[in-house]
Formats: sequence, C-alpha cells, structure tokens
Amino acid sequence: MEPLQIAEKIKQAFPGEVAEITSFRDQVSAHLKKDRLFDICRMLKEDPELDFDYLVDVCGVDYLDKKTPRFEAVYHLYSMTRRHFIRLRVQVPEEDPQVRSVVPIWQGANWHERECYDMLGIRFEGHPDLRRVLLPEDWEGHPLRKDYPVEGFTGEEDWHGYTEVVELSKKLKEFEWGN
Amino acid sequence: MIEQEGKEIKTKEIALSMGPQHPATHGVLRLVLELDGETVVKCTPHVGYLHRGVEKLGENRTYLSALPLTDRLDYISSMSNNVGYVIAVEKLFGIEAPERAKYIRTIMCEMTRISSHIIWLGTHALDIGAMTVFLYSFREREWLLDLFEMTCGARLTASYPRIGGVRNDVSQQFLDSLYEFTQQFPARLDEYETLIDKNRIWLKRTKGIGVISAAEAVNWGLTGATLRGSGVDYDVRKAFPYDVYDKVEFDVPLGVHGDVYDRYRCRMEELRQSNRIIKQCIEQLPTGPILSPEAAKFVLPPKESLFKSMESLIHHFVLMTKGPLTAPAGEVYSASEVPKGELGFYIVSDGTGTPYRMRVRAPSFVHASVLPRLCEGGLIADVIANIGTIDIVLGECDR
Repeated sequence: MEPLQIAEKIKQAFPGEVAEITSFRDQVSAHLKKDRLFDICRMLKEDPELDFDYLVDVCGVDYLDKKTPRFEAVYHLYSMTRRHFIRLRVQVPEEDPQVRSVVPIWQGANWHERECYDMLGIRFEGHPDLRRVLLPEDWEGHPLRKDYPVEGFTGEEDWHGYTEVVELSKKLKEFEWGN
Repeated sequence: MIEQEGKEIKTKEIALSMGPQHPATHGVLRLVLELDGETVVKCTPHVGYLHRGVEKLGENRTYLSALPLTDRLDYISSMSNNVGYVIAVEKLFGIEAPERAKYIRTIMCEMTRISSHIIWLGTHALDIGAMTVFLYSFREREWLLDLFEMTCGARLTASYPRIGGVRNDVSQQFLDSLYEFTQQFPARLDEYETLIDKNRIWLKRTKGIGVISAAEAVNWGLTGATLRGSGVDYDVRKAFPYDVYDKVEFDVPLGVHGDVYDRYRCRMEELRQSNRIIKQCIEQLPTGPILSPEAAKFVLPPKESLFKSMESLIHHFVLMTKGPLTAPAGEVYSASEVPKGELGFYIVSDGTGTPYRMRVRAPSFVHASVLPRLCEGGLIADVIANIGTIDIVLGECDR
C-alpha cells in the first residue's frame, strides 16, 4: 500500500484523530493526537491489509518555542509482509507529557520508550518497567530537552555519583604502594 | 546453597551480578541474574555505562562535523556507520553521490561487515570455548585494517565517506590487494568451519539454545543476522537499497530454527556473500569523480587553497561555524544494514546548518533488550552464548 493511502485510511477509521498528513522526500508522516494512539497502533498491527508487524523505532523530539504542543513522540513502522512504511508523529503537550505505551502490541517498544522517558521525560502509561535506561536511575533532568545545556548544568555542586567516586579514589590512594 | 528438606533438595535463589567488567559481555554490559541453581530465573540487563550523548552532541554540530561521532557508535565497524549517516544526510538534502563513490562506499561497507563478523566469530567461539578460531580470524581482520589504513590513514575510526561522495580515491594497489583478499578469503572461511563446524562441543552449546521464533523476533524488533537466523527475509540492502546494492548480486542467507547455531550459519554465509559483493564491485568499478558537484557546500576545501584563496577561507569558516546554509526543512528516516542489524538515522532539520534532532536507531540497543527473553529459563552457561549470538557492541547500544 502507498504510504499516503495508509495515512488516509487512519484518517477514515479515526476521524478527528489525524491532525495533518505531511510528506517529505517520499516519506509520509501522519500527525496524530495522542488520545487514541493505542487503538490506532492496534489497527495498524492487526488489519491484514496493513500488517505493521515491525516497530522500527520510537523517539521523542522537543520543539521548544517552535510548536505547541511542545513534544512529539515519533513512531516508525514497517511491515515485513506488505513491505510498506509509515511514520506517526504524536503530539504530546508539555503540561501532561503522557502517551499510552505500545509495548502490549510490539515488545520491541520496551526499551525505546524507556529511552524516550529517560532523555525527554515523556511518560508512557502502561509500560511494564518505566525506568531510566541509559542514565543513572537518580539522574535529574532529561538531557535531550532543548532547555538542557550541552555541557550539563554547571551548578555549585557536582553530581553526587561523581563526588562519591572522587572521595573513594582519595581513600584508596592511602593504600598505594611506595607511601 | 543447597538445603536438605526431607528427601527433596531445594535451592535458594541467588542474585548474581555479571559485568560491567566481564570478558564475555563484549564491553560494559551488566546483567543481574537471578539464579535457581544453574537456571536463570530472571535476567535484567543494565546498559548506559558508555553513554556519551551522541544524539545531543549531533544537535549541536554541523552536518559535516557530526560525522566523526558516528565512528564512535559501533567502533569496530565505523565505515558502515559513516555510510549510514551520510546517506541519511544525502537524502535530507536531496543530493546523490557519483557512481564511483557509491561503489567505493559499498566496498567499504562490505569490508567492514567482514571484519566485524570475523571479530564476532572469534570472540563468540572464544566465549564458548573454541579458542583457536580467535587467533586465525584476527589474521584476516589485520589484512582488512591495513587496507583501511591504506585508503584513509585510519584503521578503526575512519570517517572516510563524505556527504556526497568519499574523501579520496582508492589506489590501484588497494584494489589489487583487496582482489587478492577476495580470492583467498573463501578458503580461509572453510578453514574456520573445519575448526568448529563438526566440533561436538560447539554443536552442543549452540544448537537449540536461545531459540526465538520468527514472529516473536519481528515483534521484538530484531534486525540483521539475529533476525534472519529465525528465517525472516528482511535485509535493508534488499528492502531499501542504497549505494549500489541494487546493482550487485547477492543472496540473503536465512536460518530455520532461530537458535544460536542458525544465527552462526547465517553470519558465516553472509561473510561469503560480502566477499562476493566486494568482488563484483571491484570488477564493475567505474571511473569518474568521487564527489558530487553539489557536495562542495559540505566538504571542506583543500587545506592548501586556504592560504591562497579568500573564497576558500570564507567557505571553510562558514562550514565549520554555521554548517551548510541551504538545508531544507523537513525530516527523513534512513536505514542502512550495518553488520549488527538495521542502523537508522532520523534527522529533523529546521533549515539551519545543524540537525535539529539526530536520532540514532541502534541495532545493539534493541538486541540487548531481548536478552531477558533469550536467557530466562536457560542455564547460566548459555547466557554467554546468548550474549555472543546477538552480536552487540556497547558503544552503539549506549550511544
């Protein structure tokens, strides 16, 4: 199926849920509202004509001061049997950054969603194990947000994980040979 | 921890932390294993020890200077990562590399695949207890690394492809040596197979271990040989051909059972196919330019011209500070088949010289997430075989 047709099909099945359909370099994005994302995904997976069995990627984008709602969760889907591709861009507001998790549909979403939560602070409702995945579990802030500086926050104090290591290495130096 | 209770022997569950410093975890992967005797009840992977924020850094660099970051993802197959990034940017800008450059890039990608699979074979066999293969396989890898060095001066972090082509042309000496390699390599592969293919220990430790069905493998998002071992015919080189993969002939080997052994067979066969692709590319290699004329806005001018021409100096300055000024606003997702699986770049451009968002869809990250599924219910010794078979590199997993 042509990607544009797929986007139209979503629009017909869920009227009012597709805000916009855009196309760039032959890739079609369906911009969705977040409320019925789970149902849309289930249709994409279970409709034999669509059969999107492979969730390629889930990621978040922060459009700070560029767009409202601020965040977008981006899903790339591909069908191994039908050989077609589509991108879903789901609008996520800043005040309530929550989306339904699609892990019950695609197991592969598990870590992608965890990473998205870790990096952008978008919460996935119904996720079996929503913890940070790349950063330490007690890290503060979400680095891929546009208001998070590249070099990190340079406050008065270093991150406690770092200071603990420094303290420990000082202590261990007492046992160094030759002292 | 065995307690005697009447006649039954009961064991207490213990938690074992494996890694991050462990030779068989192929980097800094940490697994927390809950064991009942020798059986793994629960497996929790912890990643992120190598997180360097590549995506965040990419957003703050120009399209050109984000290229070396991609070397450091999967550091044993840097060329394929570079090519994956470069084709994504080319797609965004709508430019195309000249034919010769495409052929060279394909050769480089396949050389990388061979060198990466060879490392995988050596270390995987070493983990399971066949040490000899490791020593032999590094012999071929050395040859390939020497060839990389001959082309671009670097053995590991190459940064050789450029947006719109490649950095410099390959020499005749390079092509001759590589052709010689393709002649000899199949015999070397047979040699590896005589070492392990009929080795009873190898077979016992790989057959029927870490089984994942085709439907489940797709559902988990596995790609590359890890997926094809389960018999799913999906290869980015066939599904979304880039460079010259639509002009060369090659087969996509598929497994049947989806166990460690089938994935091993798939990768061995892929080595032969890569060899075949390289051979065809050398034979078909056309003459011509190696950089597209449109690439001038991405590629730094030659260093000598900076001292002579004002234009070059300005061009250099603008490229390094602002990036290409003609970026279109839009978004592309572009996938490439790297040795580990599908490496995707999702680039959002807002019309400035730096990517607004650079998402890296790393195959190793997805493959690491499937470890609990493969390990739980199996023996602790098979955890090692499972880590080896999904072929992860933590640099790419953690980004």
